[in-house]
Amino acid sequence: MSELKQYNFIGQRTIRPDGYDKVTGKANYAADLALPGMIWGKILRSPHAHAKILKLDTSRAEAMPGVMSVATFADFPSVSNEAIQSGEGAVDSLDLGRNILARDKVLYHGHAIAAVAAKTEAIAEQALALIDVDYEVLAPVLDVREAMKAEAPLLHEDMFTQGYPESPEKPSNIAARHEFKMGDVEAGFAEADVIVEREFATPTVHQGYIEPHACTVNYNTDGQSMVWCSTQGHFDVRASTAKLLAMPLGNLKVVASEIGGGFGGKTTVYLEPVALILSRKSGRPVKMTMSRDEVFRASGPGSAARLTVKVGGTKDGTITAMKASIAYEAGAFKGSPAMVGGMTAFTPYDCPNVYCETFDVVVNKPKVAAYRAPGAPQAEFGAEMAVSELADKLGIDPVEIRLKNAAKEGTQTIYGPKLKSVGLVECLEAAKNSPHYKTELKEGEGRGIASGFWFNIGGQSSVTINMNPDGTGTIVEGSPDIGGSRASMQMMASEELGIPLNDLKPVIGDTESIPYNQTTGGSRTTFATGMAVIEAAQDVVRQLKERAASLWNVTAEQVEWRDGSAVNTAGEGQMTCAEICAKCEKTGGQISGTGNVNARGAGPSFAVHVCDTKVDKETGKVDVIRYTAIQDAGKAIHPSYVEGQFQGGAAQGIGWALNEEYVYSNEGVMENAGFLDYRIPLASDLPMIDTIIVEVPNNFHPYGVRGVGESGIIPPLAAVGYSVGDAIGANVTELPCSPPRVLKLIQEKG
Amino acid sequence: MTKVHVTTSINGEETEFLCEPHETLLDVLRNELGLTGTKEGCGSGDCGACSVTVDGRLTCSCLVLGVEAQGVEVGTIEGVGEAENLNVIQEKFLEHAALQCGICTPGLIVSTQALLKENPSPTEEEARYYLAGNLCRCTGYDKIIRAVLDSAETLSEGKVHKERSVEKAK
Amino acid sequence: MFTASCPEVDSGKRLGVSMAMVFFSGELQRFTGEESCSVVAPNYRELLAELYEKHPGLKDSEIAQMAIAIDGEIVHEPLLEEIPDGAELHFFHFIAGG
Repeated sequence: MSELKQYNFIGQRTIRPDGYDKVTGKANYAADLALPGMIWGKILRSPHAHAKILKLDTSRAEAMPGVMSVATFADFPSVSNEAIQSGEGAVDSLDLGRNILARDKVLYHGHAIAAVAAKTEAIAEQALALIDVDYEVLAPVLDVREAMKAEAPLLHEDMFTQGYPESPEKPSNIAARHEFKMGDVEAGFAEADVIVEREFATPTVHQGYIEPHACTVNYNTDGQSMVWCSTQGHFDVRASTAKLLAMPLGNLKVVASEIGGGFGGKTTVYLEPVALILSRKSGRPVKMTMSRDEVFRASGPGSAARLTVKVGGTKDGTITAMKASIAYEAGAFKGSPAMVGGMTAFTPYDCPNVYCETFDVVVNKPKVAAYRAPGAPQAEFGAEMAVSELADKLGIDPVEIRLKNAAKEGTQTIYGPKLKSVGLVECLEAAKNSPHYKTELKEGEGRGIASGFWFNIGGQSSVTINMNPDGTGTIVEGSPDIGGSRASMQMMASEELGIPLNDLKPVIGDTESIPYNQTTGGSRTTFATGMAVIEAAQDVVRQLKERAASLWNVTAEQVEWRDGSAVNTAGEGQMTCAEICAKCEKTGGQISGTGNVNARGAGPSFAVHVCDTKVDKETGKVDVIRYTAIQDAGKAIHPSYVEGQFQGGAAQGIGWALNEEYVYSNEGVMENAGFLDYRIPLASDLPMIDTIIVEVPNNFHPYGVRGVGESGIIPPLAAVGYSVGDAIGANVTELPCSPPRVLKLIQEKG
Repeated sequence: MTKVHVTTSINGEETEFLCEPHETLLDVLRNELGLTGTKEGCGSGDCGACSVTVDGRLTCSCLVLGVEAQGVEVGTIEGVGEAENLNVIQEKFLEHAALQCGICTPGLIVSTQALLKENPSPTEEEARYYLAGNLCRCTGYDKIIRAVLDSAETLSEGKVHKERSVEKAK
Repeated sequence: MFTASCPEVDSGKRLGVSMAMVFFSGELQRFTGEESCSVVAPNYRELLAELYEKHPGLKDSEIAQMAIAIDGEIVHEPLLEEIPDGAELHFFHFIAGG
């Protein structure tokens, strides 16, 4: 832990250092870079949800005036099944390659087949129509339950379910099965006085980042290449792209632009390898952007899920058994967050008898990507709805039942370790005592409460702090800033150095400026990159003390660092950081500190949300009339941005619960691929979102930080869902609670 | 395709450019004129990231053709605030942390400016409905609305910020 | 089947050797046939070697790519980890965030 007890900067609401550029339109995002001689790339996409590619002929497109190059899967050097680091887990590079450009099959409507680069966007688009493709159209599989049936059409003939004691004889669409267990659920249910068992469904949803995927790239004749793109992890873009193109990592420079939202959807690659092939073959820089339509149809959404959840409890409110079976849609290739669903569903509860079985299932939809706490919102939705219903049937307050069974320090988790210190109880108490919870509901209003758990991760971060001769400095870090984390880095460095905030400028270095940094995601940045910043700052302080010591001719141990200055405890003298830096040439050269961490001890963040809704019984329209988001931040470095994470997660979860879903035709074509009909919450849909920051310090971080980015999207699904059910007196089991569904529930109730 | 020659005024400056007839004003601003502050989020007028004013009227530039800029006055984010001073709205957005990724921010600031010109003292509801055409995925709108209402209050009280507002913490 | 009070653990304690308990996830149990076992290894390298010797089937598993929790503290890259005496160890996969 840091020795600091009183903070000068930590906990303040400072102005973010990159803010000026953002409010003036000067900040450069993925589509904002133009290079001399640049040409434009466009992608041909499959008109079928499931088909074999019998013939692919690009010759007519290549011959069109203005077309400079064409790319297909054949342009990848051999791609194998080897795993590459992408996001926070390994990804099958053959799957990745085949998703980016189809090989022998197209597996979803919108699946990329070929790409063209031309002098203008218009010519590139026209050239797409000159690419000749012959298909053998196959029946699509669009529902996870249908996909799991033995007679379902197969997406991959070589998919044999992993995770059973014996490998199945026949291939299927079930890529994997995961099982987690603790205690004896059947015995637990036998003990229960009341049991709740329900089936739930959650839809395919999109992260909804307002900035579409885009990149500008350049492949030089000597193989030295540059990719400019918006991404949550530019080192992983480098790893994936270099792997697919068989390039040495050192030949590929990836520069992270400012990023207009990610939420997990930008932890993989779509355009970059394709653009590089087009650039290599044309000898020109290439720019590629996705239209909003393409973003919906062909980038990775969040998984749909089907759940069966069963919970049992005794009259005194003790939960005796919890069980879930959850099938997740992976889209066209394996890799939904099914495993994580099993690990998180019931983790907010200290229950000795728990069983989860989850399935990763392929369907003819775009390959899913991570979406904020991937796997957890779906699983915890079912769990929280069931627990709230159990509370209602037992006649116990929904906060009380959660308090009574709350996970705490020492609680055994289903995925293995016991929890270290966590703040669920504190969040539940804050909910109970909140002005919101104490306010009585009016006629026609409903209330829902839900908990949420996310592990948070640590991982590798590398930071350099370079001091200038005038005592100002640059913090070079490697975590693309998706939510204002730069401000927190500046604050943590200033806190350690004791110099004014604006004397330290945080920048995000490209892949040639710093060592590998893990993706911004998993709620790791303020925690892990923060630790690296603190380590680098402490390294700078150590060097400043040594330099001062040599100038005073005393030992470094005789120098103390106080409020940004060196103090000579062996005699007279005080020197500011600027004064020491001004003399750095004389005392050994430039002063530069490094922090290189593989951060461990990430503390989980528990969240509890309270939601009130009102339902129009004639139209089924739901209004969220009051919302409170409570979450454990460990230590809020910059409270405004911590609150921002709570509120942003809440808004996405509210959208997931009320309006958002992919609507598909029977042919597997998405019918609402735009912001008009894929309805994310608008300013007019939401009330103010009240927040309460709980701080139960995570002792593994010098300031006690816990990541907060993800947990906030988990509680809203059940907080809203249960609230709607409460308002209309019916059981909500299917999301979203869009007007037609709610109206149907009202009408069925009679 | 023969390009069309257009004479217009952008943020008060006489400007001319060549564009294809099918190009949108958004394409022209970004690709011909290098004014990349205006963003494309959807290309279909649903997200508001491309918000500009055309003869003072709030418009989605993705729904206007470049050739339609002939003889009109276009206002973009680059014209909000001055070289050495931020506009009150820009300051309040920073103060209230009304942005996280920032991609919707230029559009929102242009829209807020248009709102406060039309309705200098909006209620929370009026502000929310006026800005319903500007999608934000990061913030949940809470801090944005606070920034907008604070801007309205500050402007109506005649407070003028003379200094560049990026605060120096002590 | 090993239980918590097995002769190896007791004799290990008498010899002053570092003992730890490894708990296997459902997935790993398919290779080990048991829920847990005691190990003598003082560090991760020796831990893996010992587990492979006890359960050769583990060589077909992904255990070497997994993260490990040592008394609740999750370590993603455990190659150089020391294992404290009496530690509880759990293997599990990396978690992807978003």
